[in-house]
Amino acid sequence: MKANIIIIGGGLAGLMSAIKVAESGRHVKLFAIHPTRRSHSVCAQGGINAAKNLKGEDDSVWKHFDDTVYSGDFLANQPPVLKMCEAAPGIIDLTDRMGVMYNRTPEGLLDFRRFGGTKYHRTAFAGTTTGQQLVYALDEQVRRFEAAGLVEKFENWEFLSPVIDGSGTCRGIVAINLYTMELKAFPADAVIAATGGIGAIFGKSTNSIVNTGSAVSAFYQAGAAYANPEMVQVHPTAMPGEDKTRLISESARGEGGRVWVPRDGKPWYFLEEWYPAYGNLVPRDVASRAIFKVVYELGLGVEGKPVVYLDISRLPKEDLDTRLFGIMEIYQTYTGQDPRKVPMQVFPGVHYNMGGFWVDYNMATNIPGLFAVGEAEYQHHGANRLGANSLVSCIFDGMVAGPAAVHYASGLNTRSEDMASSLFDAETKRQSEINSGLQKRSGSENLRALYREMGDVMRENVTVVRYNEKLKAADAKLRELTERYENIGLPDGGQSLVFARELWNMLVLARAITLAALERDESRGAHYKPEFPKRDDENWLKTTKAFYTPDGPRFEYEPVDISLIKPRERHYEIE
Amino acid sequence: MKQGEKFIARIRRQEGPASKPYREEFELAFRPGMNVIIALMDIQENPVTRDGEKTTPVAWECSCLEEVCGACAMIINGVPRQACSTLIDSLETPVVIEPLTKFPLVKDLVVDRRSIFENFRKIRAWVPIDLTYGAGPGPRVSQEAQRKAYPLSRCITCGNCLEACPQVNSGSPFMGAAVLNQATLMDSHPTGRMNRSERLAAVRAKGGAGDCGNAQNCARVCPKKIPLVDSIARLNREAIIDGLLKWLEK
Ligand SMILES: Cc1cc2nc3c(=O)[nH]c(=O)nc-3n(C[C@H](O)[C@H](O)[C@H](O)COP(=O)(O)OP(=O)(O)OC[C@H]3O[C@@H](n4cnc5c(N)ncnc54)[C@H](O)[C@@H]3O)c2cc1C
Ligand code: SF4
Ligand code: FES
Repeated sequence: MKANIIIIGGGLAGLMSAIKVAESGRHVKLFAIHPTRRSHSVCAQGGINAAKNLKGEDDSVWKHFDDTVYSGDFLANQPPVLKMCEAAPGIIDLTDRMGVMYNRTPEGLLDFRRFGGTKYHRTAFAGTTTGQQLVYALDEQVRRFEAAGLVEKFENWEFLSPVIDGSGTCRGIVAINLYTMELKAFPADAVIAATGGIGAIFGKSTNSIVNTGSAVSAFYQAGAAYANPEMVQVHPTAMPGEDKTRLISESARGEGGRVWVPRDGKPWYFLEEWYPAYGNLVPRDVASRAIFKVVYELGLGVEGKPVVYLDISRLPKEDLDTRLFGIMEIYQTYTGQDPRKVPMQVFPGVHYNMGGFWVDYNMATNIPGLFAVGEAEYQHHGANRLGANSLVSCIFDGMVAGPAAVHYASGLNTRSEDMASSLFDAETKRQSEINSGLQKRSGSENLRALYREMGDVMRENVTVVRYNEKLKAADAKLRELTERYENIGLPDGGQSLVFARELWNMLVLARAITLAALERDESRGAHYKPEFPKRDDENWLKTTKAFYTPDGPRFEYEPVDISLIKPRERHYEIE
Repeated sequence: MKQGEKFIARIRRQEGPASKPYREEFELAFRPGMNVIIALMDIQENPVTRDGEKTTPVAWECSCLEEVCGACAMIINGVPRQACSTLIDSLETPVVIEPLTKFPLVKDLVVDRRSIFENFRKIRAWVPIDLTYGAGPGPRVSQEAQRKAYPLSRCITCGNCLEACPQVNSGSPFMGAAVLNQATLMDSHPTGRMNRSERLAAVRAKGGAGDCGNAQNCARVCPKKIPLVDSIARLNREAIIDGLLKWLEK
């Protein structure tokens, strides 16, 4: 029996899932907003982690595991993290076999560099465009399966909603063709959501602007549990900009770049002074808080602006060109300044979502038939992700979810194709009614203006430093925006319609993020409350699970599996 | 330009593939660091023409906003380039924005470039691996080989090279620089080389490397500065030698 599997998302997680399903001889329909080759994963710069221990440092899978759990402030379930770290060296080998042009040592072996939150050279890289090379390599394998008739791509299609039957099982999806605006239901025996991050909810972020989290929100509204919404990573070094905050990868520091501000006429390397053991390579949550302190508490931002220096101008020129070219190109394009000569000006920017679909160890969500992978799920990174661990988790997820979805689909008694067509027609009709309802709106509220207000309120109140009063005010503002949304005017029925739907979904998810942060009265990883400055394992060593209700999120909590490493306090100033 | 200074963006618009194209002008306020995407976003927020007429927002595609996804290619002041990395300050005004012409038009500035990926499939642009199960490390690659291949692997399939190429047009099957460069890249990987005969056969066929007219426009417009001329020349050489060997073997 041929199982038909739908994968939504063509970034690393979706592509790897597709390869795994196709490899087992099953048929895949692969959906993405744009050609898969343009997925946000192409933005990943610095590299991908695996404890290959090729530098004589006694690195090991266990140390990679320990660094990941420790950096995540013990919020991640440990067994799947260990599995990921065990799989990592094989994942690097696999992508190397697929032709990723990784940097090499003189002997022709893979080269590794350092990244944040670790003492080891554990990060394989292809210049500073590692994500791009990985996406292309996987996309090319998927193209082989396309040529073999096992994968059918639906590019320029946007997923709108799941089709869920009377028993609560996911039976397919409804999607819209972004070129023709055609609306259509697609039955599937299993669906894998690989829809990536949510940066756009914060208005400006290091993410691609298509990363709205709209798909995740649609599943959440259909009953999927959303785990640890409050855990959003703010990357310490990004270039402030009007359209986005462009990342300057941690690899700049991994290769020896230093962060400083002028103080009393001299450079002050505050990370090196405060955290002698890790220096510029402290984990991201720690570095972002330090920069906030220097800028806002000590008033030492460069030229009085909210920026600090990231200096690679003293690194050997050849290293810059062969190892960091991509980020220098970005900095130079947008500022006109050459980082080989002048220190770059950077500031923290919203970067990564540790939270996401709640999944079990087989990447199954709480909705039968629905699996989730990649940045869209919550499993591996706890309260703070270690740099260069995302790419590996995306690929690992695909390796787990692909076979798990096939296994699930093969065990179904009734195939989705054999279900009554009324199930699918009803959902298509519901979606079409939402669209026509929106198209009739001719109120005075401007979609882009609402979007900007949402981003501003989220960035100001729900990022690096969080206060309960401000979180409450932020939620009030989000509710106000939700009310004003009723009065929007749609300037056209094409891209504006799609954006209006995304904006609604973003507002729903924004509330889950804000209120989950309000609930968690402690500080852990990226979630920092000055009023509750310590981690509180007694009360809060647990996963947040948000469930949608029309009046706002309802929260449940679940213990974390800490069966392998006993939680300990995090210290980066000492060994 | 100074903060707040007004400038004109003139945009070629078209509702759909069969509709009549028209032009609209918008007056926008300059801000330092402004790129063409920010200008289009301003129009999206306030779709009112220079004459004060209400209109529909302009449709276009973008995603990464840092010149790595390839989505936002358009013709800006006569040159095909990426809107996200084109700063307004570097342009003459009025800024004239048009869709690429060598691909089917969808709407306004949106064109369908899927033919590039179809051609990737035709030339079998992949490294054929057996299965995704543990098979140990990949082949060794010298630093020199990596440094030569890596720049070729940065192609963002924007299509600017095809747009600029006189040989690429509706009457010609020529696949264009981006596609041929992909063949060179696959051939430079030790495993990719193993199926190069298949690939080179496609490269020798109609629409392949032989149709290149050596105008070299591709390299001039490539945002990733890929050495396309050299890449195609290398491929051509390989294709000829491979063809010759095939002929001798007959
Ligand atoms: C600038 C930057 C640099 C980074 N560098 C690194 C690094 O060096 N190392 C590292 O490990 N991590 C890095 N990360 C993180 C990493 O890039 C991402 O977490 C990872 O690529 C996410 O991959 P994904 O497959 O989950 O999702 P994505 O690559 O975001 O793909 C999501 C896919 O889902 C599709 N999609 C979304 N919504 C819909 C919908 N409604 N309908 C249809 N399709 C939809 C999209 O079209 C896309 O194909 C970086 C992140 C950023 C922002
Ligand atoms: S070769 Fe250059 S111009 Fe052509 S598609 Fe690739 S990046 Fe664009
Ligand atoms: S938006 Fe990605 S290249 Fe311009």
